[in-house]
Amino acid sequence: MSLDSKTVANIATLARIRVPEADLPGLAQELNGIMTWIEQLNEVDTKGVQPMSGVLARDMPRRPDVVNDGGDPLKVLANAPEPAHGFFTVPKVVE
Amino acid sequence: MTDTLINDKNLIDGRTGKWEVVLGLEVHAQVTSKSKLFSGAATDFGAEPNTQVSLVDAGFPGMLPVINEVCVEQAVKTGLGLKAQINLVSVFDRKNYFYADLPNGYQISQFLQPIVGKGTIVLDLAEGEHREVGITRLHLEQDAGKSLHDQHPSKTYVDLNRAGVALMEIVSEPDMRSSEEAAAYLKKLRSILRYLGTCDGNMDEGSMRCDVNVSVRKVGDPLGTRCEIKNVNSIRYVAAAIEHEARRQIEVIEEGGSIRQETRLWDPGKGMTRAMRSKEQAHDYRYFPDPDLLPLKLDAAWVESLKAGLPELPDAKRARFVKDLGLSDYDAGVLVSEKESADFYELAAKGHDPKLTANWLTSELFGRLNAVGKSITESPVSAKALGELVGLIEDNTISGRIAKDVFTEMFETGKSAAAIVDEKGLRQVLDTGAIDVEIDKIMAANADKVAEYRGGKDKLFGFFVGQVMRAMGGKANPAMLNDRLKAKLAG
Amino acid sequence: MNDLTHLTIADALDGLAARKFSARELTDAHIQKMGAAKGLNAYITETPDLARAKADASDKRRASGGAIGALDGIPLGIKDLFCTEGVLTTAGSHILDGFKPTYESTVTSKLFDAGAVMLGKLNLDEFAMGSSNKTSYYGNVINPWKRKGDNTDLVPGGSSGGSSAAVAARIAMGATGTDTGGSIRQPAALTGTVGIKPTYGRCSRWGIVAFASSLDQAGPIARSVEDCAIMLGVMAGHDPKDSTSVEMAVPDFRKGLTGDIRGLRVGIPREYRVDGMSQEISDLWAKGAEWLKAQGAIIKEISLPHTKYALPTYYIIAPAEASSNLARYDGVRFGLRVPGNSLDEMYELTRAAGFGKEVKRRILIGTYVLSAGYYDAYYLQAQKIRALILKDFTNAFQDVDVILTPSTPSAAFGFHENEDDPVQMYLQDVFTVTVNLAGLPGISVPAGLDSKGLPLGLQMIGRAFDEETLLRSAQALERAANFTALPAGV
Repeated sequence: MSLDSKTVANIATLARIRVPEADLPGLAQELNGIMTWIEQLNEVDTKGVQPMSGVLARDMPRRPDVVNDGGDPLKVLANAPEPAHGFFTVPKVVE
Repeated sequence: MTDTLINDKNLIDGRTGKWEVVLGLEVHAQVTSKSKLFSGAATDFGAEPNTQVSLVDAGFPGMLPVINEVCVEQAVKTGLGLKAQINLVSVFDRKNYFYADLPNGYQISQFLQPIVGKGTIVLDLAEGEHREVGITRLHLEQDAGKSLHDQHPSKTYVDLNRAGVALMEIVSEPDMRSSEEAAAYLKKLRSILRYLGTCDGNMDEGSMRCDVNVSVRKVGDPLGTRCEIKNVNSIRYVAAAIEHEARRQIEVIEEGGSIRQETRLWDPGKGMTRAMRSKEQAHDYRYFPDPDLLPLKLDAAWVESLKAGLPELPDAKRARFVKDLGLSDYDAGVLVSEKESADFYELAAKGHDPKLTANWLTSELFGRLNAVGKSITESPVSAKALGELVGLIEDNTISGRIAKDVFTEMFETGKSAAAIVDEKGLRQVLDTGAIDVEIDKIMAANADKVAEYRGGKDKLFGFFVGQVMRAMGGKANPAMLNDRLKAKLAG
Repeated sequence: MNDLTHLTIADALDGLAARKFSARELTDAHIQKMGAAKGLNAYITETPDLARAKADASDKRRASGGAIGALDGIPLGIKDLFCTEGVLTTAGSHILDGFKPTYESTVTSKLFDAGAVMLGKLNLDEFAMGSSNKTSYYGNVINPWKRKGDNTDLVPGGSSGGSSAAVAARIAMGATGTDTGGSIRQPAALTGTVGIKPTYGRCSRWGIVAFASSLDQAGPIARSVEDCAIMLGVMAGHDPKDSTSVEMAVPDFRKGLTGDIRGLRVGIPREYRVDGMSQEISDLWAKGAEWLKAQGAIIKEISLPHTKYALPTYYIIAPAEASSNLARYDGVRFGLRVPGNSLDEMYELTRAAGFGKEVKRRILIGTYVLSAGYYDAYYLQAQKIRALILKDFTNAFQDVDVILTPSTPSAAFGFHENEDDPVQMYLQDVFTVTVNLAGLPGISVPAGLDSKGLPLGLQMIGRAFDEETLLRSAQALERAANFTALPAGV
C-alpha cells in the first residue's frame, strides 16, 4: 500500500480541502509515514472478533415525540456569514 | 423468477426488436411524527424559512442527536404492514457528503443494518390481476434541507426546516416491468402507509418522493446499466418519466451507444430526463456507524404488540369484503384502494345490505364526487346518510328509482334521505288495494290494449307498468305492481 | 497564605464559607495574576467583567443565606472546546472565527449552576488534536515549568494545554479539559497537576465541540485529587440530550476519599514497560507501586497483551470520526467563510484556510481509512482490535481493582523537539490512549520531578464507572508522593 499524490488529491477533494498541487508529494510522503506505522495492525489476528463502534453496551435511549425545540430562526442564523431573508446563502448551485 | 415477469404487452418495440424495461423504486416516505427524527423541532409543512430548525438540525458544534421513539415505532409498523422482517438490532450510520442543505456534512441513515429487511407488496393491476413485488429493505434516515436556486442571480438560498425530518427509505426489488406496474406499486404503497398512519402520502408536499431505477434489455439478456431518476413527485410523472427514460435508453443503445450509470433529473416542464450536474462526481459516502448513537435494539414482545395492534390493511380488507360481504373483487378493490373510501363504506354499510351499499357508493357517490372534483372526505353525503338511504330502499319505504332522485337532492342540499322523502311525499305505496284501483283505471281506459295483450302481445306489459307508475307518481312498489298487474291482466 | 491563588478549591470553599475572603477577592486575585501571566498564552479569551459579576453574585448568595452551590465563587478556566453562551468559542481554530454560541454546554451549565466563576476560555490544540498545544491557531501555550538552569520554553502538553498551564500557574483554581487520547492526563502530567478522564458516558458531551465522538470525555484538571473529585461531582451526570450519556447516579466522590486502600489490588501491566523507557520513569513507576503497597495495597503484575496496538488503532478511529465530525465546518452557517465561485470552491477554500496542518492531516487520514476499498482493512480492523483491547482490561479487572502506569513517556519537552515526525509526537499518548479506547476512567497524579526539575506523573486506571475507587487510590498515591514543587515564579 502506498499513498501517491493522486490518491491524496482524491481524498482532499472528498474532504473538500484545497491542497496546492505542489504540496501533494510532500503530504503524500507524510501520510504514507503514518499509514506505514499503522500497518502493524495487520499482525493482529481478529478472526471471529466482533467490531466495536462504542464502549456502551446498552440500548439507545429514545425521546418522546414532543416539539420542544426550533421556532427561533434568529438563533439559527445568528452566526451565519451571509444570511438573507431568513435563509442561509451559498454560491449558486446548478443541479 | 425473471422470466415469469415477462408479459408481451409490456415490451417496447425498438428498431432492432422488442425491449424489456426493468424498474426498481426507492421511495422516501416522510414519517408521520410531530417532531424530527433526532431533534425536538416541528415537522409541519409550509412554515417560514428556518423556523422549524433546532441547532441539532443545523449542525452546530457540540450538538447531538437523540432518537424519536415514535419514528422508530412508525418504521416498525410500516415494516409489519409490508410483511417484512423486523430487525431487532439495527444501526445508524453516517453517510458523508458535502451539500449546502446537508448541515452536518453527513446524513444519519442506516446502511448495513436497516431496521426492516425483506418484505412484499401486492400490486393491483388492470383486469383484476394481482402481482407480488419484493421489498428489499426499509430504513430510517434524516431528510436534508431545501435549496432554492431561483431566488437570487448568484446565490442559492438554504432553508433547513426539512433538515432532520424522519424519512423511511423503502427500496423495492427490480421486479417491475412497466410504467403501469410502477404506478400500481406507488399507489399500493401509498395506500398501505395511509392505512397504517405512518406517512400521509402527500406527494404534492413532498412527504412521499420517488427515485426510479430504470434499465432496458433485450428479452433474455442480463440486466442492463441502470440510471436513477431523482425526485419524481407524482404518480403521473413516474409513469411519464419511465416511458421517456426507457425510450431514451433504447435509442442510445440502438444507435450503437451505451448507457452510463448516472443520476438523472426529471424535468416535468420539458417532459424529459437530464443528467444531474451536481451528481457527476464519483460517490464515496464513507459510511460508518454514527458514534453519537448506539445500536437500536427492539424488544421482540413490543414488536409483537405492534403487530397485534395493526389496522386491517387493504389486501386483507379486500379479501374480507369478497369473502364475508360477497362483493366482487373489483368493487372490493375500488373500495379499499383508499383508506378513506373503505372507512366510508364500512360505516355506510353498517346494518345494511353490503352489496347494495357498495353499489350505491361505487356507481352513484363516486361518480358524483368525480364530476365535481371532490374527494370522499369532502362528500356532502356522509357515510351515515348514505346508509340511511340504503335503509329506506331495504325496508321498501322508497323504490330504487325514487332513491336516485332522493340521492341527487341529498348530494345537492345535504339533507337527509328521510327528510326529503317526507317533504316530497315520496313514500312508496305498498297498499295492494290502492295499486289495484289504479290498475283498474288504466285497464278500463285501455280496453283495446288489454285485449291485444290477452291475445298474446306480451310486450304490452311494460306499457301497463309505465302507465300505472306514472299515474302513481312513481311511488308504487315495483314488485307489487308487477304481481298485481300480471294477475289482473291474466283476467 | 496571603496569595489566594495558591489555595486548593477545597480550602477556598472553606475560606469562603468562613467569610475569610469574598468570591470577588478570590476572583480578583486570579484576574490580577492572569494579567501578569499573559506570556503563557493560556487564555484565548479572558472574561474578567463576566467573572467579577458572577463573583459578586456568589457573594450576594452567601450574604443573603441563599442556596450555595458546590463550587460557589470558585474561579475556573474553561477549555475553549466547550460552547459558552455569548462568549467566543474557537476550538483553537481559525475556522470558528467569530463564533459565539447561542447555547451553553451541559458541563459548563452544571459548573455555573453550582456557582463556579468563569475566568475565560483556555487555549488548546486545534480541535483538541495534539499533545503539545502547538497546533492552536491562537499560538503556543507555554508551560510555566522550566528545566533547571535552562530558559527554553516547554510545552504544557495537549490538547488541554491551556487548562494545565493555567492551573499550574495559579491563574485558575481548576479547569475543564477534554480527553480523547490523553488530552487531560498528559498535560496534567507535564505541569504537575491532577487530571481525571472519567468513564465514557459519565459527563455529557452536549455542547462540547466534538473531535472523536466515541472517545471524547470531559473532565477536570486541578491541583489535588480532592479538587478533581469536587469538580467531577459537579460536571458528571446524565443528560437526556446526549444518547451516550449514562443514566446512573453520581456518587459523592469527595466523600469517597476515605484514605483507606488496604487490600486494594493494584495491577502493574508488563506491556507498559515499553522499549526505551527512561530509567527515571521506570523508577518512579516502581516507587508508586511501593507507596501504594506501604498503605496496604496488594501489587500484582498483569498483562494487557494488545497494548502496543492501541496507538495505531486510535489513529484510525479518531481521525475517521473527526473527518466526519469536522465536515460541518463548511462556511455556511457559522465561522469563517472564504468566498468561492462555486459551492465546492467555497468549501475547499474555507476549509483550506480555516484548518491548520495537523487537523488537515487527520481529516485526510480519516477520509482515507473510511473510503471505498479501505474501510475493512483499516476501520473495521481497528474496531476489532479495539474490542480486543477492551477485553484485555475486562480480563485484568477480574484480578485487580486499579491499574498503575506512568502517565507519559517523558517530561515536558521543547517546542522544536519531536517536530519532524508526526508519529514521534503521537507516541506521547502511548500510555493514555488505551483508556479512551476501552472507555475507562483514568487519572494522572504528579509523582515527582525528573533530574531536570520537571514534573512527572503516574496514571491510575479504574473500572468503568468506578471513579470512586480510582480517586481514592489516586489520593493515596498523591499523599505518598507529597508533590509540593512549584514552577519558578509562581
